[in-house]
Amino acid sequence: MTGTETIAKPPRTGGPRPGGGRLPLARLRDFALVPAILLLIVVGALIDPVFLSTANITNVLQQQTELALLVLAEAIILIAGKFDLSLESTIGLAPALAVALVIPAASNGLGTELPAGLAIVLCLLTGLAIGAFNGLLILRFKLSAFIVTLGMLIVLRGLQIGITGGQNLFDIPPSVLYLGSAVWLGVPASIWISGSLFVVGIVALGYFRHGRSVYAIGGNTDAARAAGIRTDRVVWVVLMIGGLLAALAGLLMTGRLGSVAAAQGDGMIFTVFAAAVIGGISLDGGKGTLFGALCGVVVLGLINNILTLAGVSAQWIQAIYGAIILVALILARLTSGKAQD
Amino acid sequence: MTSHEQTAGAAAGPPAAQARDVSKRYGATVALHSAGIAVQAGETHALVGRNGAGKSTLVSILTGLQRPDSGEIRFDGVAAPSLADRDAWRQRVACVYQKSTIIPTLTVAENLFLNRQAGRGVIDWRGLRRRAADLLAGYGVDVDPAALAGALTVEQRQLVEIARALSFGARFIILDEPTAQLDAAAIDRLFDRMRELQSTGVTFLFISHHLQEVYEVCQRVTVLRDARHILTEPVEALSRDELVAAMTGETGRALVAGATRPPVPATAPVVLDVRGLRLAGHYDGVDLTVRAGELVGLIGSGSSGKVALAETIAGLRRADAGTVTIAGNTPKPGQVPAALAAGLGYLPQDRHREGLVPLLSVAENATMPIAGRLGPAGIIAPARQQATAERMIRAYDIKTDGPHQPVSDLSGGNAQKVVLARALANDPKALVLVSPTAGVDVRSKASLLGAVDEAAAGGAGVLVVSDELDDLRSCDRVLVMFHGQVIRDVPRGWTDADLVSAVEGMEQP
Repeated sequence: MTGTETIAKPPRTGGPRPGGGRLPLARLRDFALVPAILLLIVVGALIDPVFLSTANITNVLQQQTELALLVLAEAIILIAGKFDLSLESTIGLAPALAVALVIPAASNGLGTELPAGLAIVLCLLTGLAIGAFNGLLILRFKLSAFIVTLGMLIVLRGLQIGITGGQNLFDIPPSVLYLGSAVWLGVPASIWISGSLFVVGIVALGYFRHGRSVYAIGGNTDAARAAGIRTDRVVWVVLMIGGLLAALAGLLMTGRLGSVAAAQGDGMIFTVFAAAVIGGISLDGGKGTLFGALCGVVVLGLINNILTLAGVSAQWIQAIYGAIILVALILARLTSGKAQD
Repeated sequence: MTSHEQTAGAAAGPPAAQARDVSKRYGATVALHSAGIAVQAGETHALVGRNGAGKSTLVSILTGLQRPDSGEIRFDGVAAPSLADRDAWRQRVACVYQKSTIIPTLTVAENLFLNRQAGRGVIDWRGLRRRAADLLAGYGVDVDPAALAGALTVEQRQLVEIARALSFGARFIILDEPTAQLDAAAIDRLFDRMRELQSTGVTFLFISHHLQEVYEVCQRVTVLRDARHILTEPVEALSRDELVAAMTGETGRALVAGATRPPVPATAPVVLDVRGLRLAGHYDGVDLTVRAGELVGLIGSGSSGKVALAETIAGLRRADAGTVTIAGNTPKPGQVPAALAAGLGYLPQDRHREGLVPLLSVAENATMPIAGRLGPAGIIAPARQQATAERMIRAYDIKTDGPHQPVSDLSGGNAQKVVLARALANDPKALVLVSPTAGVDVRSKASLLGAVDEAAAGGAGVLVVSDELDDLRSCDRVLVMFHGQVIRDVPRGWTDADLVSAVEGMEQP
């Protein structure tokens, strides 16, 4: 650092001098999962040669795109120091509502039969509206984010069942199916979409003032407010982006599966939190990177795939999967050295 | 240039900051009653007053965080900007609070330029670190801009916050008890830095509980008491006694304490014995003993470590070194049940946070520590619980509809009686009470202190940790803590001024 010598230096301050190795260490934390990913790839290749085939890798990635978008949404919300459990219901309700509004009543639609071209817009608007409503309850009425979004999780799930009569929707307009099933340049469109949104997120949170304000709010809201950041507005926008991303994830899932399941997204939120925390996102807010969160998603996807390829029986896979998540958390705790709450 | 010349030269222009006839109420509490302050450009002005005198309210009004109910604020003779215009406020005044306003998870550089890292465009991190390094170097702050702010020492954090304030263009800086968490050498360095900045035209408002420091760095001093402005004087025109008198009021009244109780014989057994207790950042090398039947006070400013010491005795904290012996037993450190089993009764500082479970009944709250004695094998016999609670309600004069009323319905004083009843429930040998009468009305105060006296008369050794002089009047002796050490052992017969000047760190005349 040049220029530090121009003014008489103050006496050495007490205690250990910070700086030096600290930042590289913090940076390193972002890449902590890269060796784990490499290790998993080696293990996968040893277990089954099919693992490294393009088809399998593409398949693994495509299956993870919806989870990845939810993790992207949750990671930003967690960094801002808030919570959103309702994402897992948004992923089902948003496409279900959009589809129900455009398909005929005979196919379990609502009978409004709006133009099919509107479906995608309706789906995304639904996600945005859910995020905005969460924001209203959390920020304007000062309710606990945890309980608000838990309530919303149940309400939204119930709405979906009410709207669809508890049925899966099969008569999906082709426009809705497109994003989740199209292949661009030999790679599924959903991988392009998720990948590029992560790039956008990483750049926005790493290199733009408004993105950094998300970290500032999660790290110390009062300090952020004192620095002139409109904290409520930023968090509100973050929650709306979260809803929007969850709705987009719903579109991708609908396209990939060809239908909107009545229980679409059910139970996903646990995996979302696991991926985010394994990826180094702090539940206290203000800490972690989207790259780390993405690594968390990839790790979970690889583990799932390897367990399947290794022929672990379907009855046991869930228990092992859960145990691995716990081990990963313990390792993250040991490497970061900080308590997680 | 001496400090005197600076003051004289600066007084010509309008004050750098001025509050006139400012009043502020919070509900029924009057926080400020047409109080005022005028800080001349280029001076270091002290703001002193006891807890609750209105200092914090005045600071939050001067920094634009609160709107006064009436009165006006001026900077350099110009009316203050509207509260919504944070940028304008930041260019006029900055405050370094005791509570950190940095974001620990971000780097020093980012903290310095928070929300102004870049305009609309991409952040140039390398450039940002360079700007931060230049800024820090410009003020001679030796901190790595790439370090995480959470890793800084208190001293470094303060310097970073001062540099940030100056970088906004503010030339008037409020330091809210900056020395509270610093050691002596760091305090000296901070004062050197303040004098340096003062010579470049920076104005300081310096808030401290340590009057010694006021004489060291300040040119003028303003005293607040009971929400009112008492005086503003050049420090050299004000003797220490006059300053303490202004803070406590009623100079003539020398209340002599504890006259009614018979002295405790030196042969009485020691029930609480603390030896060489140390907890980094709170206190160091504390020794104290309390004999059976003795009432010992412990007073000190907020940063003196007295509450941490009480919490260590109760097992809420674990000391780094030293021992706590309660009635001859040495309980396992850091464990509340062990301390209670050894014969300790403890009344925590904040009854809402640590003292009571608000939705549970008076009976359940009061009998919590003795639940094991209310029936066999962990069963709590309702009839015995009820009877015990009723006995306590009578003994401590708790105003309640009955043992089944939730404590959240009780008034502050009665809730505190429940906590005290609980602390005394297992007939403790040693009793540690932290701020026993905080937020309690006068009548409840008397009955609470009466119960404490009775406990001492019944043979318990009592340690009363409090800032309230009234709590300490019946004590046999009062220990004064300052910067983590017990610096004085004041026998019965002290006057208010004696004790306050000891607490504020003034050498004995």
